[in-house]
Amino acid sequence: MAARQDLYQHPDYYLMDEMLSDEHKLIREATREWVKRDVSPIIEEYAQRAEFPKQLVKGLAEVGAFGPYIPTEYGGAGLDQISYGLMMMEIERGDSGVRSTCSVQSSLVMYPIYAYGSEEQRRKYLPKLASGEMLGSFGLTEPNFGSNPGGMVTNIKDMGDHYLLNGAKMWISNAPFCDIAVVWAKNEAGRIHGVIVERGMEGFTTPETHNKWSLRASATGELVFDNVKVPKENLLPNKSGLGAPLGCLDSARYGIAWGALGAAMDCYDTALRYSKERVQFDRPIGGFQLQQKKLAEMITEITKAQLLTLRLGQLKNEGRATTGQISMAKRNNVNMALEIAREARQMLGGMGITGDYPIMRHMMNLESVVTYEGTHDIHLLITGMDVTGLSAFK
Amino acid sequence: MKILVCISHVPDTTSKIQFTADGAALDAQGIQFVINPHDEFGLTKALQMKEAGLATQVTALIVGDASVEPTLRKALAIGADDAVRIDARPESGNQVAQWIAEYVQANPYELVLCGIESIDYNGGTVPGLLAHRMGAAFANACIGLELSGTNATVLREIDGGKEKLTASLPLVVAGKKGLVEESELRIPNMRGIMAARTKPLAVVAPSAVAAQVVSKRFEKPVGRTSVRLIDKDNLGELVRLLHEEAKVI
Ligand SMILES: Cc1cc2nc3c(=O)[nH]c(=O)nc-3n(C[C@H](O)[C@H](O)[C@H](O)COP(=O)(O)OP(=O)(O)OC[C@H]3O[C@@H](n4cnc5c(N)ncnc54)[C@H](O)[C@@H]3O)c2cc1C
Ligand SMILES: Cc1cc2nc3c(=O)[nH]c(=O)nc-3n(C[C@H](O)[C@H](O)[C@H](O)COP(=O)(O)OP(=O)(O)OC[C@H]3O[C@@H](n4cnc5c(N)ncnc54)[C@H](O)[C@@H]3O)c2cc1C
Repeated sequence: MAARQDLYQHPDYYLMDEMLSDEHKLIREATREWVKRDVSPIIEEYAQRAEFPKQLVKGLAEVGAFGPYIPTEYGGAGLDQISYGLMMMEIERGDSGVRSTCSVQSSLVMYPIYAYGSEEQRRKYLPKLASGEMLGSFGLTEPNFGSNPGGMVTNIKDMGDHYLLNGAKMWISNAPFCDIAVVWAKNEAGRIHGVIVERGMEGFTTPETHNKWSLRASATGELVFDNVKVPKENLLPNKSGLGAPLGCLDSARYGIAWGALGAAMDCYDTALRYSKERVQFDRPIGGFQLQQKKLAEMITEITKAQLLTLRLGQLKNEGRATTGQISMAKRNNVNMALEIAREARQMLGGMGITGDYPIMRHMMNLESVVTYEGTHDIHLLITGMDVTGLSAFK
Repeated sequence: MKILVCISHVPDTTSKIQFTADGAALDAQGIQFVINPHDEFGLTKALQMKEAGLATQVTALIVGDASVEPTLRKALAIGADDAVRIDARPESGNQVAQWIAEYVQANPYELVLCGIESIDYNGGTVPGLLAHRMGAAFANACIGLELSGTNATVLREIDGGKEKLTASLPLVVAGKKGLVEESELRIPNMRGIMAARTKPLAVVAPSAVAAQVVSKRFEKPVGRTSVRLIDKDNLGELVRLLHEEAKVI
């Protein structure tokens, strides 16, 4: 399948580029250039084949998409949170699956090792994760505990010189080929701890989940632990309890809010260009009111989301972004992107369902994005609890 | 050996070009500026030469106002060691050549890499004028370059073929694709962008040089008009339209 030339240009209706620094713009352009060169030409084919394009790992590492905000002494790029967001936006503009790999590596693997790990753990793992020499996965969800991870049954037992890990995790991005997994498990007292499990440890397997219609260019699987002996030094020492994994989710959800914006802008840009070129009833379809309504609503929603997301980035840079604020942006942006993808797909008529254009792939990908990292519903409960002070979870 | 890479800061090739209402200038609103593609081949070549141990320093230079600095930062992020901005809004190639020549006189470089032309104003004059003012050798339309000691071997594109020539340094090259291939071009990475923060970017005041040519007005080519199809059995109608509407017969 010959990929169409990627002509993407981002919409900037409210001249928001003026609110970014020159360095932010350079970071965004560099990431976009990389996506146009290395992702766009191949991604459709990999998604169709349901295969993760492994060759991108080296490029992602080179560009700096693994741990952009991790300090340079641990191999990260030492950038701010807006830079991280802009990179996720550009990468998801290419494909949500590729962005998922970066989110997992950066926010769910490197972040907990950096924030909760010992100095030895940081030095041992972070540089290799940043360089792509190692890929990580994050095991929180279980077959019977998705939205309610606090109920998890995966557990560790203190055996004196090591921990014994038992249980299973499901729906784990990057699981089939991860070199390490940050796994959340309860100790004898029922307290949640993070442990670093390495491929090759006896009793640790990672069967792949097949037949996904979504995130087809990202590998998903299970993490199965059958009496795995985990060395004591692999426990993340500096934080425990449900707040530890939830802290990682805050960081990943923040990146997803930016990423979904990228997918939405790609759908809009594609539909806008198509609407000016496609002629029916002797005029470009963009001239019809019904199509203009779609485009006008899309750009309105995108512009609102751009403002919301940039403001969230500023708060995150100042260390002031709350879980509730991040939830709101994740929920709003992913839903916005999903609705834009559906409308944009229709605007392309029959062409919209083909792999000649990116829209249907974005649309299907976003069905996962709206579910993982807190479902669309769960984020409402978070906002609801935040404004009322009353939990409606149980 | 030091290499100077002269960069023209030009609109991205996919930008929609508009002129101001009087047609006197480019309307830069919403336009994304990039390193002139021909110059990007030169910059990449210079970095490769440095990595191969043939050069000790690669400097990127633009004659332009403060708005060109992001383009210089990008050159630094890709790997240039330092950057120079000659602080002027040039209007003619003779000014650019004169200012760069004066800079090189004060800060000697053995090799100066330019592009064959800027893709916006397409003057194609700066490298030749610069070489002349520096009293340096000049190789135009360069698609290959090798150095050994103070000698350069240059491959040039000529009509229907290639020319190989040798020259001794100092040398000014007007290069294009072939100096390096497109696949060798570099995208800045985050570590490079971070490193660029602390690399020196000198701003130099220009001397007084008048523009020798003055642009008056720009015009875009007229857009294509629609096509009218006339049935092959209706030649009378074709003749009528050509006569009455197009007024060509
Ligand atoms: C492609 C993909 C990749 C993933 N990658 C990872 C990963 O890397 N690591 C990881 O740990 N997990 C991962 N997940 C898991 C993901 O986080 C979960 O799927 C998600 O948290 C939802 O859990 P669940 O699927 O068990 O749904 P459930 O929790 O069973 O939810 C089913 C439905 O019930 C609703 N619901 C649940 N509770 C309530 C309530 N209290 N009130 C109202 N409605 C409620 C939900 O909103 C949802 O609509 C991934 C999932 C997918 C699809
Ligand atoms: C009316 C008018 C207004 C202009 N206004 C501006 C302006 O506001 N801001 C602005 O930046 N430019 C402006 N320019 C462009 C500027 O004049 C050009 O840099 C100059 O004319 C040389 O362009 P050229 O096409 O002749 O270059 P060419 O001779 O085609 O360029 C060949 C090579 O010379 C080198 N080179 C060319 N220009 C530069 C440069 N400026 N710095 C370093 N190396 C260079 C590059 O290596 C380039 O590949 C304007 C030009 C005109 C005609």
